[in-house]
Amino acid sequence: MAVSLREYRARIRSVESTKKITRAMELIAASRIIKAQQRAQAAAPYARELTRAVSAVATFSNVDHPLTKEEDNPTRAAVLVVTSDRGLAGAYSSSVLKEAERLAERLRAEGKAVDWYITGRKGVAYFKFRNRDVVNSWTGFSDQPDYEVAAEIGKTLIDSFLLSPGEPGDVDEVHVVYTRFKSMLVQEPTAVRLLPLEVVEGEEAPGDAELLPLYEFEPSAEAVLDGLLPQYVQSRIFFAFLQAAASELAARQKAMKSATDNAEELIKKFTRIANQARQAGITQEISEIVGGVNALADANSASD
Amino acid sequence: MADALHVELVAADRTVWSGEAAMVIARTVDGDLGVLKGHAPLLSLLTQAVVEITSDEGHTVVAVVDGGFISVANDRVSVLSEHALLSNEIDVDAARTELEQANDGRFDSADEAERAIRRAEAHIRAVERAS
Repeated sequence: MAVSLREYRARIRSVESTKKITRAMELIAASRIIKAQQRAQAAAPYARELTRAVSAVATFSNVDHPLTKEEDNPTRAAVLVVTSDRGLAGAYSSSVLKEAERLAERLRAEGKAVDWYITGRKGVAYFKFRNRDVVNSWTGFSDQPDYEVAAEIGKTLIDSFLLSPGEPGDVDEVHVVYTRFKSMLVQEPTAVRLLPLEVVEGEEAPGDAELLPLYEFEPSAEAVLDGLLPQYVQSRIFFAFLQAAASELAARQKAMKSATDNAEELIKKFTRIANQARQAGITQEISEIVGGVNALADANSASD
Repeated sequence: MADALHVELVAADRTVWSGEAAMVIARTVDGDLGVLKGHAPLLSLLTQAVVEITSDEGHTVVAVVDGGFISVANDRVSVLSEHALLSNEIDVDAARTELEQANDGRFDSADEAERAIRRAEAHIRAVERAS
């Protein structure tokens, strides 16, 4: 009992205010997840129609577009890592970064150099701390991504993909690492290859009943493809951002929930110790009084 | 409804309008295009312009799109654009100011200015058409 009762009370108070903060963050994250999920749902029709259209063009024309062309000898790959702007979300950012490192390892083993593109302050800080070069980074939107940013990032990536080999900044592949939102409890860091585009029809082969109609293309299949593919890439990136935002909030809610639980535990423990200290003090006082009274009685009886 | 087109006007982050309609008029890169029931399957690129949807009861929904494309198949019409606004969501004054600024040559490149002018004009036209 080296620490006095007063100090225990002060500790309990500070843990209580920590608990209030973590509880508030938990509730905020919980309410934002719903919004994030709604945004993801609202964006779904666009992605669906776009995928349909792209697979329609891919089916009825010979897809030979710069964005789908595999380079013969890929030497450089761009990796876009989607991290969060703020911490206090458990292992959210670090597990994305770990996944990114794994992907980089694999790419290097295949003989490709890696160009990093980062979104989110946490990722930027990670790379800065390690003094590693980042080609481009964007911050400030991780929990509420809008389409403009996704379009801008998509454009940057497409531009560097389309540079001819040998030009500075040219990349032969583009990968995205983000966290897929599977459920409130499970979020999974995922790496996907964005460019060159794989023709999408393979993903979900239409059954005989829903064969795609024979489209007419205006002005031409090539022109339509030219217009569609960049939008398709951007919508994929936007989709990754929306998923990442929902995952970030879910991770934060989970982390804050366990922080609140821990604070509660700590308060309970401190209260017990404080009560013990108080009881010990009282016992000591009583024994001092009793000792004093006894001594007084002994002295009186001796003088009698 | 069997005798109508099913129309979806979709922007990147939301569905702007969806429902049954009798006719859709949009401006593609090749010129104006009208779609009625039974139209052949078509995929075409749009310019920055007004899209008019005439519903079954004769109302007209006017929207403005910022490029994108239209796809028609099996009496389903999808208009996809990164940005799409209904006429009642357009801020006309902002569009007019933007038009003035673009005409004054406040943009760095002629391309950018032309895009801005086209967009602003499409916005203003959509509001005028709707009123």
